[in-house]
Amino acid sequence: MIRALVNVPKTARRGEIIEVRAMIQHVMETGYREGPNGVTIPRNIINRFVCKYAGEEIFSAELFPAISANPYMAFSTVATGSGTLTFEWTDDQGETQSTSAEITVT
Amino acid sequence: MLAAFGMPTARAATKAAPRVVVIGGGFGGASCARLIKSADRGIAVTLVEANPTYIACPLSNAVLAGLRPLEQQKFGYDRVRADGIEVVHRKVTAVDARQRTVRLDDGKQLSYDRLVVAPGVDLRFDAIPGYTEAAAEVMPHAWKAGEQTLLLRRQLEAMKDGGVVVMSAPANPFRCPPGPYERASLIAHYLKTRKPRSKLILLDAKDAFSKQKLFEAAWHELYPGLIEWVGLSSGGNVTRVEPDTRTFVTEFGSHRADVGNVIPPQRAAAVAALAGVADQTGWCPVDPVTFESKLQPGVHLIGDAIIAGGMPKSAFSANSQARVCATAVVDLLRERTPATPKLINTCYSLVAPDYGISIAGVYQPANGLLTDVPGAGGVSQLDAPKSVRAQEAVYAEAWFKTITQGVFG
Repeated sequence: MIRALVNVPKTARRGEIIEVRAMIQHVMETGYREGPNGVTIPRNIINRFVCKYAGEEIFSAELFPAISANPYMAFSTVATGSGTLTFEWTDDQGETQSTSAEITVT
Repeated sequence: MLAAFGMPTARAATKAAPRVVVIGGGFGGASCARLIKSADRGIAVTLVEANPTYIACPLSNAVLAGLRPLEQQKFGYDRVRADGIEVVHRKVTAVDARQRTVRLDDGKQLSYDRLVVAPGVDLRFDAIPGYTEAAAEVMPHAWKAGEQTLLLRRQLEAMKDGGVVVMSAPANPFRCPPGPYERASLIAHYLKTRKPRSKLILLDAKDAFSKQKLFEAAWHELYPGLIEWVGLSSGGNVTRVEPDTRTFVTEFGSHRADVGNVIPPQRAAAVAALAGVADQTGWCPVDPVTFESKLQPGVHLIGDAIIAGGMPKSAFSANSQARVCATAVVDLLRERTPATPKLINTCYSLVAPDYGISIAGVYQPANGLLTDVPGAGGVSQLDAPKSVRAQEAVYAEAWFKTITQGVFG
């Protein structure tokens, strides 16, 4: 099972700048390496990451083969209201892994 | 000024005894001093070591798990002195690589023709926020054997059954790559036999470690459910510690410990920076044939402090490097060209008192570093029977006796 980890403050004051962290376990195979048999290992990377806050996209990223295994991202946003942050990672096969976290804003 | 410049030349002209100063009396330094002296009794050798008693790190994990007295880790310098080496228990306050002098904390100054620095490591108290020297009195590192080892042992003894031990291991490079995993194993052995409802969490700043398959197989076999290893990609990187509550904060959560053991990142010990032989990484680049510093001519470095390429930071490595360095120093003083060396390392780890595993490697200079000789060395077999594990535990003890006898006996 692919494991995704996120960290969002459980609570925040309205208008406060909060840090959001997300990491997914993934090989990020570049497509440039050869296996022991001399055959090129096909590219297999997470190519897109999206974070939504209460349904609205607040952060997204395109990822490329130079990014190392288990990509880790941290960014900040403004705590606008209580709700759910969702995180989605999409790989070269078009498969999407997602997770979510709740925040209470007072 | 003139006298200072003129001195080495004048001595060379009159063929006065060459002088070597060795800083650091551990597995690297004490060996190197003795090997230089025994190779050429005409060389005057001074060993500078702050402590009159050396406390060895190998097997100190057995001490903190209550399997071994600390006294068995202690060694003195009487035999080193008996070899005709001057042993000075002082701290170094300055090294002048241009004038070729070492200044001590009693104000004395030693001149040398070649200097060997075997400083070991310093723990970095600036690397993990919250982990200061004061915090180490609450959450011991026990990564230098001695009081810290005993402190961690006392904390384990005082912990209630059902408690949680949390350890953290740093990213590479650091002293004794299999050490944190041997420690987790021996603490687990203590918990299993004395406090069976307890648990150990090992937070790791990396995703792979030395002898990993062997350790994980042994944990599964001997300590099922007791050790939880959390690698980097599972959120094991510790970003802060809170000693007041013995809490480890990671990028994705936090762990409160009943006993907390922080193995912090390390660097070459301070005397390396003092001598100008450490680079911006905190470690010391050396020529892999002579172990001479790439930053300061006339200064050689061995042991945990150096950038050794594939060679791990271990007592065995330091000792292997001491042999090569001693030969090179004598050759250079006698104006011979040092030969290209091959070096060996072996590291035994105890997973339980009667369960040992090992890794061995052979190294040679390549591209300015020490590089694994392909096909040489290896690790213990993954499917070996119990009798082989028991034998390796005996070998571990035998190795310790042999090496300490060679260095201090």
